[in-house]
Amino acid sequence: MLNIEIDGKPLEVEHGSTIIDAADAAGIAIPRFCYHKKLSVAANCRMCLVQVEKFNKPLPACATPVADGMKIYTRSKSAVEAQQSVMEFLLINHPLDCPICDQGGECDLQDIAVAYGASGSRYTEEKRVVFNKNIGPLVSTDMTRCIQCTRCVRFLKEVGGMQELGLVNRGEHAEITAYVDQSVNSELSGNIIDLCPVGALTSKPFRYSARSWELVRRPSIAPHDGLGSHIEVHVKDNKVMRVLPREKESINECWLSDRDRFSYEGLNSPDRLKVPMIKHNGQWQETDWKTALEFAAGQLKDITKESGGDALGVLVSPNSTMEEGYLIKQLAEGLGCGNVDYRLRQTDFRLDGKRTGTPWMGCNIQEIEELDRILLIGSNIRNEHPLLAQRIRKAVSNGAELCIVSPLDNDPLMDIAHKVIVRPNDMVNVLGQILKAMSGLQKLSLCLPPTLNKLLEEIKVRPNTQKIAECLAGISEDLILIAPKVGIFLGNMALSDPRFTEMYSMAEAIGGITGAKGGILPPAANSTGMHLMGVMPSATGMHARAMLEVPRKAYLLLNIEPELDCQHAALASAAMAKAECVIALTAYKSPALENADILLPITPFTETSGTFMSMEGRVQSFQAVTRPLGEARPGWKVLRVLANTLGLSGFDFNSSEEVKNAIFNGEKPSAVVWRSLNNNLKELVEIQVNIKKEGLQRIGEVPQYEFDPIVRRSAPLQKTKYNIRPMARMRAEQLAELGLQDGDIVVARQDKGSAVLKVRLDNHVAKGCVRVAAAHPLTAGLGDLMGDITIEKATAEQVAIYEKQLTEMA
Amino acid sequence: MVKTSNSTVNGRPVVKTDLAGQTLVTLRTLTEENPAALATYEKLGGYAQLKRLVTEKIKAPDIISQVKLSNLRGRGGAGFPTGLKWSFMPRYYDGTKYLVCNTDEGEPGTFKDRDIIRYNPHQLIEGMAIAAYTLGARVGYNYIHGEIWQDYEIFEAALAEAREAGYLGENLFGTEFSFDLYAVHGYGAYICGEETALIESIEGKKGQPRFKPPFPASYGVFGKPTNVNNTESYASIPWIMQHGGQAFADLGVPNSGGSKLFSVSGHVEKPGNYEIKMGTPFKELLEMAGGVWKGRKLKAVIPGGPSTAVMPASAIENATMDYDGLSKAGSSLGAGSMIVMDETTCMVKTLKRLSYFFYEESCGQCTPCREGTGWVYRIIERIVDGKGKMEDLDLLTDLSNNISGRTICALGDAAATPVLSFIKHFRPEFEYYIQHGKSMVDGK
Repeated sequence: MLNIEIDGKPLEVEHGSTIIDAADAAGIAIPRFCYHKKLSVAANCRMCLVQVEKFNKPLPACATPVADGMKIYTRSKSAVEAQQSVMEFLLINHPLDCPICDQGGECDLQDIAVAYGASGSRYTEEKRVVFNKNIGPLVSTDMTRCIQCTRCVRFLKEVGGMQELGLVNRGEHAEITAYVDQSVNSELSGNIIDLCPVGALTSKPFRYSARSWELVRRPSIAPHDGLGSHIEVHVKDNKVMRVLPREKESINECWLSDRDRFSYEGLNSPDRLKVPMIKHNGQWQETDWKTALEFAAGQLKDITKESGGDALGVLVSPNSTMEEGYLIKQLAEGLGCGNVDYRLRQTDFRLDGKRTGTPWMGCNIQEIEELDRILLIGSNIRNEHPLLAQRIRKAVSNGAELCIVSPLDNDPLMDIAHKVIVRPNDMVNVLGQILKAMSGLQKLSLCLPPTLNKLLEEIKVRPNTQKIAECLAGISEDLILIAPKVGIFLGNMALSDPRFTEMYSMAEAIGGITGAKGGILPPAANSTGMHLMGVMPSATGMHARAMLEVPRKAYLLLNIEPELDCQHAALASAAMAKAECVIALTAYKSPALENADILLPITPFTETSGTFMSMEGRVQSFQAVTRPLGEARPGWKVLRVLANTLGLSGFDFNSSEEVKNAIFNGEKPSAVVWRSLNNNLKELVEIQVNIKKEGLQRIGEVPQYEFDPIVRRSAPLQKTKYNIRPMARMRAEQLAELGLQDGDIVVARQDKGSAVLKVRLDNHVAKGCVRVAAAHPLTAGLGDLMGDITIEKATAEQVAIYEKQLTEMA
Repeated sequence: MVKTSNSTVNGRPVVKTDLAGQTLVTLRTLTEENPAALATYEKLGGYAQLKRLVTEKIKAPDIISQVKLSNLRGRGGAGFPTGLKWSFMPRYYDGTKYLVCNTDEGEPGTFKDRDIIRYNPHQLIEGMAIAAYTLGARVGYNYIHGEIWQDYEIFEAALAEAREAGYLGENLFGTEFSFDLYAVHGYGAYICGEETALIESIEGKKGQPRFKPPFPASYGVFGKPTNVNNTESYASIPWIMQHGGQAFADLGVPNSGGSKLFSVSGHVEKPGNYEIKMGTPFKELLEMAGGVWKGRKLKAVIPGGPSTAVMPASAIENATMDYDGLSKAGSSLGAGSMIVMDETTCMVKTLKRLSYFFYEESCGQCTPCREGTGWVYRIIERIVDGKGKMEDLDLLTDLSNNISGRTICALGDAAATPVLSFIKHFRPEFEYYIQHGKSMVDGK
């Protein structure tokens, strides 16, 4: 520790801290623009100049490390003179357009100018004008307001992983710009709006819609990935106007993904269901709650009485709250139905009943930064969990080595030490190779089950997998780490794979040898919570896939659009079409719910209280931030009244808190979570490494802005470059093999379904694979996300259909 | 007088100046035909020092102590003692260390380093190789100003010759010492003459100064320890090694060792580079340059380049050309770029031109320099346009003080110095211009 003095106040500060760190910790305000605690120090705005004893000129507090005995004056004549002069310089070319600037009221320049600026200006020359740039649908630019602090430049380079903005030209002509004719495509781009200390970068969707002081700020939890990011929802006249991050160092730090930030635009979509609806003679009719609930209850009662509880299938979105999940599970039980599941995009359920607890990510989000070695299996991490990708990027820039086993070679915007890009089917073999190489390195006889040992004998270790094994063991070119901290994570593509069991078992075995932390990266906001509460089939019940394969007479849907949210789109829509009765609790009207019979309008997360449990096991409750839209009601209330209408007992909850208490049995949630989270398997699962080598495999990734019903309806997110119509993407060799070219129109077939698609050359796809995005009407006729697929050239007739579809969608 | 000789550099005729009265150190090949040729340099004892030091395995501290003894101070303008700078390089470092030569002279009136790489490139190469040997640098770069293409080509040709002759490359003279040297051609930005901006530029980035500390000695090219010196500084090293540090120090005066290249331009009869002993009286140098042209009266001199304070004739006439001499007289030696102005010079218009230079060359990184240089230039432009106000002079002084000392690099100070010194020494001329809307000197 060092002893210093700021403004006469003696302080003890850590070695290596800067003056601004010390002052911030002591609550001494030093004005700043370019400095940001999460970014590298640029020291270019010069606003934080302070006087330091024994130095004849003022020093920037952000870049000056403290030294023992240093005496610093932040308010002395020399310091204030310097600060005021910088303020004067900053303002000479800054437009006086505060009244029409969206930053007004929350502008660092405005605030600091009040404290350090003069009431008039000595500048009488002409002001500079800088042309605005179009950097995409999310961030609006007013570049004349820019003060060249370069926070945005540094953010995109250091946190986003790619320098998409830069400062070009010299001196007064210096301006921030993107690459020529390019937009900023980072999935974290919205953060530059928060970082911009002036109104140069503002939110495009929010532009000119409200003044900051008109907004009521309410805390909430982001619902689109498993992180549980803290958000602040800004509301005006009962309407969500924008979403900002709420600082939470251990989860989202001070950042937010674009998906979490701009999804709110989907909340106000015209698709919102405002009143209950019943289909009568094939026609949708609006009705009141009483009628709708009584009708729904009657249907459920009739069908279950007639054909047993087993005739009902209950499909639950993992984005629903714990309270909703709990109640729907209880309701199903009350009807004698064990067919309940939230794992809509899973196809391999062989591990059911073999787990010791609730699978989770196996460590805390923050811990990722401290890992030395990371193995990502089947994850397009930037697409799935943008802020988790950012944490991994941090680890990598701290020196961690990243290894990837995946069918997709997407750039994670960080250094990759080793990667193996193969067909999903071959991933098991690759993991087996790593395991085998690992056991050789450790010179241990592995305590693996005999069947697995026998399988490993047949596997041949290739040099690239040998390297991954060495890397995980801590052996690398210039240094050997003894016992590196290893993290092994399985992503969405692994979770959706029919051979998930094999991948999981292999990962577990590799993790056992390396002492790795890790587990699965649950895809949705409440996947972990749903598992914890057992929103899964009973011992005799059917899982999500079986419920569709063997169609049920009736379905109860919570918060889903079947053909977009299920693993097998074609099965899902066929099952819905065939069912006698489909009751959907939904926030949206949707073509995907055309085959439903009853639509009960429930509210999205902003209009209900509830709880999500994140991938790291954090149980986080939130309150509604606005009143429900129209007649829509919170899901937990609807389920409670539906259960009452059904005459089921045990549904006397008066608040979501009471439901939460029931979930945790009155215990502290953390205690329950601590007991429950466990990635271990109870027993050995039979695994198989020899698999089909021929045939094309589909990689049916869910694009990040198609992930759930809310983001699908966010217009600005839909306008980004990530929202590309599904195409049949293949690498060059694959195209050559099939005699196809980029731009051709083809028919993709899975099972009995098909989709007409355009071909796109994409060398990021493994050989033997076709990447066809899921969760899109164009591919709703297809089957398994990660299954066999065939591709053939389209006939003239099919091409015509394809073009018609395009015009319809446009 | 200037005369043309038949000697050539890479097939191009060279112009040879009259060498009388000069003490040639860095341009010592100028006495010969074909000055830039390797054979010429070798004939004068070139590369012998490198070979001696390397093959006799002379220890680094011994070399550095000679450099310290020589009183050689950085010739790029800041005048930092070279030997001391060399001692900052970490001796034990597990990785590549770099050596950088700054041939990016871009300030108006500077043209000395150009002549070194044009007429005596091998001495620079030898000097850098000696420095590399001393400091343990494996790789070196010579960053050459973007606007001198021909000279860059000459230097490249010299590099090729040196590699061919075994003075650069692997295992030199059969020892373990290896050194690769490359020329980097800049794009003409003045700011890239600032050592950290130069390093950024070598790395392929936009030339913008880095905040210091860390200094290049610990965090330089590609984040590795790097020694950066000026061309003339490196080129002085072989001479120091040959004759000893004391001999070099003895050429000059206390605190200013050696001889120094002065680039004399402006209103003199014989503009050009003059390599003279430190401490030579100004009058002698002016005389060597043929005196003020057309027999006119001396009005003012900028002794070290526009970033040094202008001196009225009375202040410089009795000064000596060395660090202390010029400092005592109210300015500084800078890079030795002496701009001479006769009695017909309008100081207001001159300042406008100089301010325009700094306004255009500011990198735009720091607020005071980015915003201030434009403001200052516009005010002076307005005065020259006849729209000046008397309070502009105080505003100019105030703004210059607000730029100076408040930026990452010294460009802010460099931009402020001419404004402050012109107004200080020639205030009546400015006042006259503001009052009458025209120049006191030329009436226009």
